[in-house]
Amino acid sequence: MPFIPHTEKEVQEMLSAIGVASIDELFDEIPDELRAAPLEGIGPGLSEMEVTRLMQEKARRDGQPLCFIGAGAYDHHVPAAVWQIATRGEFYTAYTPYQAEASQGTLQLLYEYQTMMAELMAMEVSNASLYDGASALAEAVLMAVRANRKSKSKRILVPRSLHPAYRATVHTLVRNQGIELVELPFDAATGQTDLAALEAHAGEDFAALVIPQPNFFGVLEPVDEMADFARKNGLLSIAVVNPLAMAVLAPPGEWGGDGVDIACGDGQPLGAPLSSGGPYFGFLCCRQKYVRQMPGRLIGRTVDLDGKEGFTLTLQAREQHIRRSKATSNICTNQGLMVTAATIHMALLGAEGLAQTAAACHANLGRLVEKLTSLGEIEPRFSGPVFHETVLKLPMEVPGVLRTLAAHNILGGYDLQQDYPELENCLLVCATETRTEEDLDKYATSLQRVLASRRQGACATMVRFDLE
Amino acid sequence: MSEIPDELKYTRSHEWVRDEGDGIVAVGITDHAQELLGDLVFVELPEVGTELSAGGECAVVESVKAASDVYSPLDGEVAEVNETLADSPEAINEAPYENWIFRMRPSDPSQLDELLDAEAYAKVVEEEE
Repeated sequence: MPFIPHTEKEVQEMLSAIGVASIDELFDEIPDELRAAPLEGIGPGLSEMEVTRLMQEKARRDGQPLCFIGAGAYDHHVPAAVWQIATRGEFYTAYTPYQAEASQGTLQLLYEYQTMMAELMAMEVSNASLYDGASALAEAVLMAVRANRKSKSKRILVPRSLHPAYRATVHTLVRNQGIELVELPFDAATGQTDLAALEAHAGEDFAALVIPQPNFFGVLEPVDEMADFARKNGLLSIAVVNPLAMAVLAPPGEWGGDGVDIACGDGQPLGAPLSSGGPYFGFLCCRQKYVRQMPGRLIGRTVDLDGKEGFTLTLQAREQHIRRSKATSNICTNQGLMVTAATIHMALLGAEGLAQTAAACHANLGRLVEKLTSLGEIEPRFSGPVFHETVLKLPMEVPGVLRTLAAHNILGGYDLQQDYPELENCLLVCATETRTEEDLDKYATSLQRVLASRRQGACATMVRFDLE
Repeated sequence: MSEIPDELKYTRSHEWVRDEGDGIVAVGITDHAQELLGDLVFVELPEVGTELSAGGECAVVESVKAASDVYSPLDGEVAEVNETLADSPEAINEAPYENWIFRMRPSDPSQLDELLDAEAYAKVVEEEE
């Protein structure tokens, strides 16, 4: 069904047919004090030619630096076929599949996405996606509080090693619901969540435990012990994972003696370009017994009157267009386009391709760390095992180093001290499968020069990204 | 016309109440209610021991098109819940007056007198239609 806008003439015809002078008149009932003022600061429209020119100029300013930043969004290769297919009109402009008869294509794709996600996480159920990883975690927390009937406390154990933006988002979304987030410290040597600190909470009343894998430092957490602790002490366990990492690490459904209750995270590594921060998508999986507490869309497979297989939205009574204030969430949508891309991406790579990609990331990071630490003045900050990111301790302040690296067209990494004051001069670096040997050498050489020159008191350098 | 047994008591929110003696009353939803809801797919039961107040939400019945709250008719405590509804929620559609949702112990049995009788409830149903 194509979208055909009304012409000005048609609008006038409709208005006179119902005896109304203008569209504004149809909003008569809204009191003046509730009306929005006209938006100032928005200039007059530009032509397509002007907009194209404007956007090209802005894009040039972004430049194409060599990227060694991870910190929650990763620079992976997305096969050309992914967006070639995803931008087909049938997918690109498909509407919400409320009317199953007219949406079998969309619904089938979403069902396949759910299946792939559930398999990747080794969980029983997946929904059709949420906005992003951080809000997916917030939803998981709300879900756990609802679902954990044994706990009255509404307190959640959250590792400090979890992504700071995720912690902030969860706090924003749950703070007015009387839910308290209690922080778990990490071991200063290993970079992993401190198990002794976790054990100290045994017997206390908590609704859930959040378990990141890998954590913000790229370090692998002791997930089996953490999942078992949750189960033993009546907490629901919530895994927050990098989906690509799950191709080579044990997935949440296999942690501990009985897996986790809820698994979530951000699907950006599966086919979404970095795009200055989004759109990405959040995934959410859970045990079958909690499915009624799960927010978001759920696609089900069934048969029609003639016994033919078909797909449809299901368990909609949880959603807010039916349940209103008692719904599992105010969300009633999903990230259809990003999920389409992710599903095609996963189908193209397959389980093997995903595993190979993950392995390449890990290998590249290993080589990068080797090159950087052999410079003599940089060392790994944590001793714990890592996936494709790690923390390096620099002999000087990070912001200055990053600024100078940027002048050499390199995004050197993430300055951890801004979120973790205790991690002085610590840099989070990431290497994905897209970094070649030359890239790694370039980074090492540039960093060596930067460290040398900064020690001599370098003069101010201006960031330039258009050198290549 | 929906069925409204004479011997039961009713609420305006379409619950029925049966005094089973020994300080226990059974509560379910009426024929009218199950008809409006359509095929039930899930019943969210309260926990045994939960304190109830008259008019307060205590359970949820979910059909393909709607999820409706079930309200406690009286003040009291949940004594028993109908576990068979977990596997067969449609039993309520088939026999709404046999398949109670929960049994409760009213803290003030005189409240039973304030409930509607069959005739008064029939009027409520008529007003709605």
